[in-house]
Amino acid sequence: MDVLFDGLLDAIRLLLSGDQDSWSIIMLTLRVSLTATAIALLIGLPLGATLALARFPGRRMVLAAANTGMGMPPVVVGLFVTVLLWRSGPLGGLELLYTPTAMVIAQAAIATPIVVALVAAALQQVDPDFRVQMQALGATPIRAFAALLGEARLPLLAGAMAAFGAVVSEVGAAQMVGGNLAGQTRVLTTAAVLATSRGQFSLAIAFGMILLLIAFAVNLSLTLMQQRRTVLR
Amino acid sequence: MMIQRLLAVFAWVATVLLAGCGTAPSSTGPASNASAEKSLILATTTSTQDSGLLDELLPAFTRDSGWQVKTLAVGSGQAIELGRRGEADVLLVHSPAAEVKFVAEGGAGSRRLVMHNDFVLVGPRADAAKIRGTSSVEAMKKIAAAQAVFISRGDESGTHAKEKDLWSKAAVPPGGSWYQSTGQGMGETLRVASEKAAYTLSDRATFVTQRGTLALEVLSEGDPGLLNVYHVIEMTKKAGDRVQPDGAKAFADWIVAPPAQRLIGAFGRAKFGQPLFTPDAGADEAELGQ
Repeated sequence: MDVLFDGLLDAIRLLLSGDQDSWSIIMLTLRVSLTATAIALLIGLPLGATLALARFPGRRMVLAAANTGMGMPPVVVGLFVTVLLWRSGPLGGLELLYTPTAMVIAQAAIATPIVVALVAAALQQVDPDFRVQMQALGATPIRAFAALLGEARLPLLAGAMAAFGAVVSEVGAAQMVGGNLAGQTRVLTTAAVLATSRGQFSLAIAFGMILLLIAFAVNLSLTLMQQRRTVLR
Repeated sequence: MMIQRLLAVFAWVATVLLAGCGTAPSSTGPASNASAEKSLILATTTSTQDSGLLDELLPAFTRDSGWQVKTLAVGSGQAIELGRRGEADVLLVHSPAAEVKFVAEGGAGSRRLVMHNDFVLVGPRADAAKIRGTSSVEAMKKIAAAQAVFISRGDESGTHAKEKDLWSKAAVPPGGSWYQSTGQGMGETLRVASEKAAYTLSDRATFVTQRGTLALEVLSEGDPGLLNVYHVIEMTKKAGDRVQPDGAKAFADWIVAPPAQRLIGAFGRAKFGQPLFTPDAGADEAELGQ
């Protein structure tokens, strides 16, 4: 149990002392996972909206695939991306393996199905009459769509939080495509695993605590954004 | 409103990105004396990373040569496989039988002796199988006879290869509920053995650096069969088009040269009261440990 308390003290010490290595790990964690979430939103929003609003053959198959993708193990995604990026692989010439860019690619692949599935679910639960009303009121399709997004903002932001939470906490893909290189691709999760395998438990706990703190800060800002208008009403 | 806020989020992400890019050049600072950004891939064993040896060696290598090093700390089996596929430029491994076979395949270039330490059989103080002070082969027989729990790496690493070698010398095929396999690195495997009050085989460096957190003791050590020898293997273009033989040669030449050998010999002396590796460059492998 001492380890937990020491870990807490270590976390505070790392944050306050401005330890260069720890801060570069923290910044890289944020950079990789936020970028991956942003890319997943860019791809997932239109895709999820199409699945929710359009009617085309195979739609349910794609929805089922996206729902399955939500449970995709990061280590499998990591393996897939690694094989693609190998020197001998189809994208080997890009020399992306063991770089933060490779980690963003893998994490975006993990987050996109989550965004697609949750966006589709969020927009489908908006009353179908709402769109008819908007059109009857003479709204352009774009304005109608924007109003629809506004109506579904609570579940939409929940989707963004779920996507960020999934990628910031995963270790399998980050380890495999990033390689946990010191000062280059080491993020909080892989640093915690390495500290554990070196027997530095309180340091590992400290990284874990900082990870929780970051996840909390990001989710707090999203939650404030999500709840603001509800409170004002 | 919703869209404006999402845009605000993206703007924030972009800011974080820019901040990240701003700090990136400083992390590659040591390479600035080189004409261009050069980066090689070193595939090595978990023991060199978990013991902290690489943290000591690699910054010095980068300073001396201008090469950045991307280290993949995996089992020796995986390291050799990465070399075979041309995914790594240079290997630092400790699985001699597999290495000789690998070099004979032709994809690898020169293979040179770097250093050694030894393996130790560790277990709980109570030592139910009574292996304390026995030879390694005798110890394996006793563990199997007593059906005392033995934790194996099970990951085709150099340590796992040595363990399998010991079982075959002892003529007892391991199996049954007392023989458990973690499939993980040395640090994790030691931890599992410690929690289960079980026996395991470890390289001395990893055991010594983690001894403080483990309820395990060295029970059998010192016989010549437990020698743990590390070689550096350069990869060539025959393994893959994108292999960088010049980087491989730079690293291999550097690690067998006197300054790096001195670093290896001194590593761990201050912190653990004993060196964790013995530098061996240029020595005759057949005479090690005698």
